[in-house]
Amino acid sequence: MREKTATDKKGSFLSPFKSINYLFKKPRTLRYPFEPKEPAMRYRGFHLNDWEKCTGCGNCADICPNDAIEMVEIPELECKPEQGIKNERPKLDYGRCCFCGLCVDICPAGSLRLSRDYFHIHFDIKTFVFLPKDEQTDKEHFLNSEQYSILKASLTHRKENYEGFTSDLEYSLFEPQRVPMPEVQPEERKLSFIEQVIGYSKEEAKAEASRCLECKLCEQACPAHLKISDYIKAIYENKPCESLKKIFEDNPIPSICGRICMKHCETACSLSIRGEALAVRWLKRFVVDSIKDYKTALELRADEPTGYKVAVIGAGPSGLSIAYFLTLKGYKVVVFDSLPGGGGMMRIGPPLHRLPIEAIDKDVKHIASLGVEFRFNTMVGKDILFEDILKEYDAVYLGIGTTVSRSTKVKNIDKAHLALPFLQQNKIGSGTKVCKKIIVIGGGNVAMDVAREALRLQHMQYPGEKVVTKTVSLEDWDIMPATEEEIKDAKAEGIEFNPGWGPKELEVEDDKIKGLVCVKVKSVFDKQGRFSPTFYEEKQRFLDGDMIIEAIGQSPDFSFLPKELFEKLEFTPQRKVKVDENGMTSIPKVFAGGDIVNLNLDAVTAIADAKLAAEGIHKMIIGR
Amino acid sequence: MNLNSKEGISPRELELYFGPQHLGMVGNFSITLKVEGDRILEARANPGYLHRGFEKLMEYRTWIQNFPMVCRINVVEPDSMEMVYAMAVEKIAQIEVPERAHFIRSIHLELARVASHLFGLWAYANMLGFDTVAQWAMYHRDLILDLFEELTGGRVYHIYIWPGGVRRDFPPGFKDKIVNTLHSIGGCVPDYDSTFFNNRLFYERAKGIGKLAQQQAKQWGATGQTLRATGMPYDIRKVEPYAAYDKVDWDVPTRYDGDAYSRVWVIRDEMIESVHMIFKLLDVMPEGPVYNRVPNPFKWKVPKGDAYVRVESSRGELGLYMVSNGDNKPYRVHFRTPSYPNGLIILEKLLKDASIADVGNIMISLYIVAPEIDR
Repeated sequence: MREKTATDKKGSFLSPFKSINYLFKKPRTLRYPFEPKEPAMRYRGFHLNDWEKCTGCGNCADICPNDAIEMVEIPELECKPEQGIKNERPKLDYGRCCFCGLCVDICPAGSLRLSRDYFHIHFDIKTFVFLPKDEQTDKEHFLNSEQYSILKASLTHRKENYEGFTSDLEYSLFEPQRVPMPEVQPEERKLSFIEQVIGYSKEEAKAEASRCLECKLCEQACPAHLKISDYIKAIYENKPCESLKKIFEDNPIPSICGRICMKHCETACSLSIRGEALAVRWLKRFVVDSIKDYKTALELRADEPTGYKVAVIGAGPSGLSIAYFLTLKGYKVVVFDSLPGGGGMMRIGPPLHRLPIEAIDKDVKHIASLGVEFRFNTMVGKDILFEDILKEYDAVYLGIGTTVSRSTKVKNIDKAHLALPFLQQNKIGSGTKVCKKIIVIGGGNVAMDVAREALRLQHMQYPGEKVVTKTVSLEDWDIMPATEEEIKDAKAEGIEFNPGWGPKELEVEDDKIKGLVCVKVKSVFDKQGRFSPTFYEEKQRFLDGDMIIEAIGQSPDFSFLPKELFEKLEFTPQRKVKVDENGMTSIPKVFAGGDIVNLNLDAVTAIADAKLAAEGIHKMIIGR
Repeated sequence: MNLNSKEGISPRELELYFGPQHLGMVGNFSITLKVEGDRILEARANPGYLHRGFEKLMEYRTWIQNFPMVCRINVVEPDSMEMVYAMAVEKIAQIEVPERAHFIRSIHLELARVASHLFGLWAYANMLGFDTVAQWAMYHRDLILDLFEELTGGRVYHIYIWPGGVRRDFPPGFKDKIVNTLHSIGGCVPDYDSTFFNNRLFYERAKGIGKLAQQQAKQWGATGQTLRATGMPYDIRKVEPYAAYDKVDWDVPTRYDGDAYSRVWVIRDEMIESVHMIFKLLDVMPEGPVYNRVPNPFKWKVPKGDAYVRVESSRGELGLYMVSNGDNKPYRVHFRTPSYPNGLIILEKLLKDASIADVGNIMISLYIVAPEIDR
């Protein structure tokens, strides 16, 4: 080791005089405020919050080590639960704030930032509690350099464009990337009905669950208000039974929902703003798949029998749910369905690669094991009359869904197949013989199901041969109703899309389909936003195909209702069955829910309807 | 001043309170002196004016919420506090730190050491009456604070070294800024030398004051420059290298007399060595990420375990013993701060038989930082 100055020099008395030359140098002291010193670009000063971007998730308030942030409700702001936006905004107490910037690093929206301002002088201590905004949302207090004076600088006299410490996804405290879901690759999966999504392993599920920030925006967005953050936390803590119990509080068909839920929660997820939403649906599926037997895991106990009987028409998601909720309340529930098994539309609609029959039966069997009586293969109106049901039972719930495929009224359309019978036949029926060139009319999720199922059938029936499946939809890419995920998967499997074209006529030769003549769509909706497509008649196009399947929507079938009752049934302007706040229709004792009531047309909303109607029925019967 | 003559105290003895309100006192700390004339018979250090209960507070805050708080234990050099905290969490939770983050940490800590020593020099020079040098030191410290501000967004509390790495990478052009700033400070070393270190007045004032033998220093738990000034080249950065201290070659400056003069000279040499080390580190610093993301702060539970980690702060060995019982908060944290033995043990011993005029001299040459003692 080198020796540093081992001998001491005594030094001289005169040497300090050398520093006298500093007398003639420019002073180092800044004459503030005339010589201002610019704070650094990353300076951690007062907060800025873009109210447009801020979702009110409250993560900043949760992480603050000093409790300096409080979420306050701003009545002027709109609450949009389905988009994951609350009308709450953070309020800062600068008596507590330590300017650490953890709130910035946890902000999923990136709306909260720190500015380079740090002056606030005021005689009123209340002014130190402050609702931060930024120049976009508060033009009044953010001034340009001409209007700004450092002598007046305060929380309400700020410089515009003076951003300091900002959020950076690379250094954020949350993980913006999702744990990738293992899937069967398109090349392999399109050859059979193998389930596309493999499911998370325990480790993957835990890692994904660990991303949840517990802001609960998802719970607001979920129509059935599942306790999402609780059951995700239980997954993270390796407590699948607890997680399942939380799920079952609001959703009795998680095995179905864990696969095909429309996941309103993920749309609202605060992580989705700048990253990927938490995979809530797949985590639910993980819990369900990891528990073999619901019954022992849940330890459910039904209330004392009330002695009342409720009939449920339709064993779809809403029918199954209300049967579950009412059974737990002590009612005797009988479910009627024309299909040979439970699940309703779930049983016939989503193809096997999305929702296998075993997954449906797991939920149905569990509900049956609680004491619900299922009468399958029973068509109400034919095998049993609705009037008799109404007489015999204390309440009736209509969960009949939309079971009739709509059809376009174009020339020769009678040669085309309809979506629902096609799907049903292939899922639980004898199967369909498909042709090599299939055209699917429609741009919704059912059309995607049909197209992807048709493609699989083609590959199975013509192995190794060249087959084509294309879709044609009125809607262009930007307004296509199918989910992005479905479109992406369909594209990966090789399905061709023809968005923005409307069917005009089926070309038929010798009773055989040759193809579809299409016209270019001008607009799909009118000015009021109603469905009313217009076309450029001169722009036509011929699509080559030998099999055409229509998947343009479904409508309900009320033919089982006697005429005098059907006349009593009131509808909303959107042609939905009108129900009151208890889920009761305009016919006394008759409740309704699911696709015939709501506009979302999905399983989780059907569950929400069922939950409401279950409460309504209970109130009606016990309250009377 | 207390003139009451209790039994056992000769009427010639006086009890003299030195601080906390005293011009020569640096911080909320006091010493009770028993003097006879100008000679100190006995000194008793009184901590407790600054007890904020950090160790207890940390048991009530999550792993990430503690990170902005640890730095506040020591105002003078908050970065080594952040460093021990990050190291302890990383050790228990087994978090890897990217290579570049190690270098940035070292550079940051060395900058902090220089800033801290300059602050110490200010205190010492001020106390001896060398106001010019004190002002220079304060100014040059400010230049380093400007660097911190640019890198971290804060001047004093940087809240920068966190578990998993550092909070942000260097901003564009920051390397050059460090080099330029350090050159401009380094250019003033001859002025510092002629005005202070080679000043006969300093020699006369500090030589032989507060003399500590190596054996005693070891016995009483001295570390840092207090120990190095007695001739022992003991430095945690060498003994147990952390961050990137083993990646470049550097020396441990030592002196042999163990007095205030030696201690201040060790501080001077250390600053120069630190600056050289920063230049070397900047040269070999790799590119790459600087942060391995820690788990979601709302769900993060550090596995059960305990760890003792230590770093060489600007005042000596700073240690942290941390226990986690697998919860989202630490079960117990305990800091071993260098000012504790310096301020409570060595100071009392060295003040015995010293003169009242040397109290500040000895105390500040030991570089006692009161907030560290109390926590």
